[in-house]
Amino acid sequence: MDWLNTIIRTFFDFRAMAEVMPQLLAVGLLNTLIISIAATVLGTVLGMVVAVMGISPSTWLRVPARIYTDLFRGLPAILTILLIGQGFARLSQSVFGPSPYPLGIIALSLIASAYIGEIFRAGILSVDKGQGEACRALGMSYARSMALVVVPQGVRRVLPALVNQFIAIVKDSSLVYFLGLLVTERELFRVGQDAAVLSGNLSPLVAAGLFYLVITVPLTHLVNHFDNKFRTGRRRPAPPTSGLKEVKELDAASPLTTGSNT
Amino acid sequence: MKTPTPTTTAAPDAQAFHGSSLELRNLTMAYGDIEVLRNVSLTVAPGTTTCIIGPSGSGKSTLLRGINRLHEPKSGDVLLAGESALTVNPDTLRTRIGMVFQHFNLFPDHTAEENVALALWSVKGMPKAQAMDRARQRLAEVGLAERADHRPRDLSGGQQQRVAIARALAMEPEVMLFDEATSALDPELVKGVLNLMAGLGRRGMTMLVVTHEMGFARKVADQVVFMDEGEVVEAGTPAQLFDNPRSERLQRFLSEVL
Repeated sequence: MDWLNTIIRTFFDFRAMAEVMPQLLAVGLLNTLIISIAATVLGTVLGMVVAVMGISPSTWLRVPARIYTDLFRGLPAILTILLIGQGFARLSQSVFGPSPYPLGIIALSLIASAYIGEIFRAGILSVDKGQGEACRALGMSYARSMALVVVPQGVRRVLPALVNQFIAIVKDSSLVYFLGLLVTERELFRVGQDAAVLSGNLSPLVAAGLFYLVITVPLTHLVNHFDNKFRTGRRRPAPPTSGLKEVKELDAASPLTTGSNT
Repeated sequence: MKTPTPTTTAAPDAQAFHGSSLELRNLTMAYGDIEVLRNVSLTVAPGTTTCIIGPSGSGKSTLLRGINRLHEPKSGDVLLAGESALTVNPDTLRTRIGMVFQHFNLFPDHTAEENVALALWSVKGMPKAQAMDRARQRLAEVGLAERADHRPRDLSGGQQQRVAIARALAMEPEVMLFDEATSALDPELVKGVLNLMAGLGRRGMTMLVVTHEMGFARKVADQVVFMDEGEVVEAGTPAQLFDNPRSERLQRFLSEVL
């Protein structure tokens, strides 16, 4: 059973895992979460702007949104991260200091916003046209009917897709290591990789991988649960009713004409 | 047999409306290059009900959408209370014209009273508490006082349409447009909603009603307009149109539907 031993020593060396655990928790997990959550928040805000521009009646808003989306969705994430992380290093230094960390978050946000913008756009467009028309017929402006009625309905529909996007961001956050992070700024992957070099086997990376799964898998299931609940759970079950009940209700509403029409 | 309610008993909150006059002058509307409405002229006196009948695709709905400019007319003019509706701000214009749709178009994530109150606070700038009060009053008038906190999906079609009517009335419009308001309802509930609409007419609302309910048109309308192929074929009193149709097209239409 030599091969089994090799596999265990390579991937499941528990001592190596235990050694890296404090760092994975205190540094890796923390930074991965900070980067991912910050990029998601920024990306969602930017994505909403891109989506609203993308469905605007004005060509001057629609075309830039289209180009922006095509650009950041079409390029490999690693390339965008390197171009932004290194290209704007000077500028970033004067604003955020020497760490590439903020630029990494910004690059991830830009990528995410292109995807999130498309998710929002699809959600908003899927709302029945009658909703916007009803608003306009009541005298609401386009902006107000969007903000109060159409967009909230569209967003609610795409919550599951947004969580998927968050999962993608969690995974892409590992790419930020290319920018050269300080020791205290390392995220899960980098912590795992550094430890793997020291221990001489891949177990620390496996441990890092487990942490990714701990973040992503429950989220997926949570969102499915809520999706089902929102889809089916809001209708109140009611026993069969007689139509006569409502006919009486109607008669009461217009007593002037009871039984006199047709 | 039901004992008829004495006709002198008015509904508790039945205040009078002050409908405005409405006039269409050579109204022409187009989708792209296709003219769907050609040179339609029509005069609706204040507080009267005009029913528009005709086959699907004849431009009835487009006509209504031109009046409140959900679709901008290509040429011609719409006069609301004697003044051109095409030169004013469309949002301001629409607060003066209520519209009720075939498929209700209620906001599904709002309760009935929130549906009615939304435009009151967001367009008219009414304080929210006052808007909700007004909403409950309007809902009570259409017999839905007890369902004010229900969401549209917990209401029947007839109830939803009544919420939609209350929502339009809450804005205190001068004209009401009904676009096949009873076409999507349970057959049993059609009459009740039509009665409600007839009541509005009697209380002085100016109404333009696109409908397939010939009984309603004959009984309630002051004027009936028959449209086909984007044009007004014949217009007149219900008696003129239903008992003495002059055009062959209307005779044919009536022979099919009555």
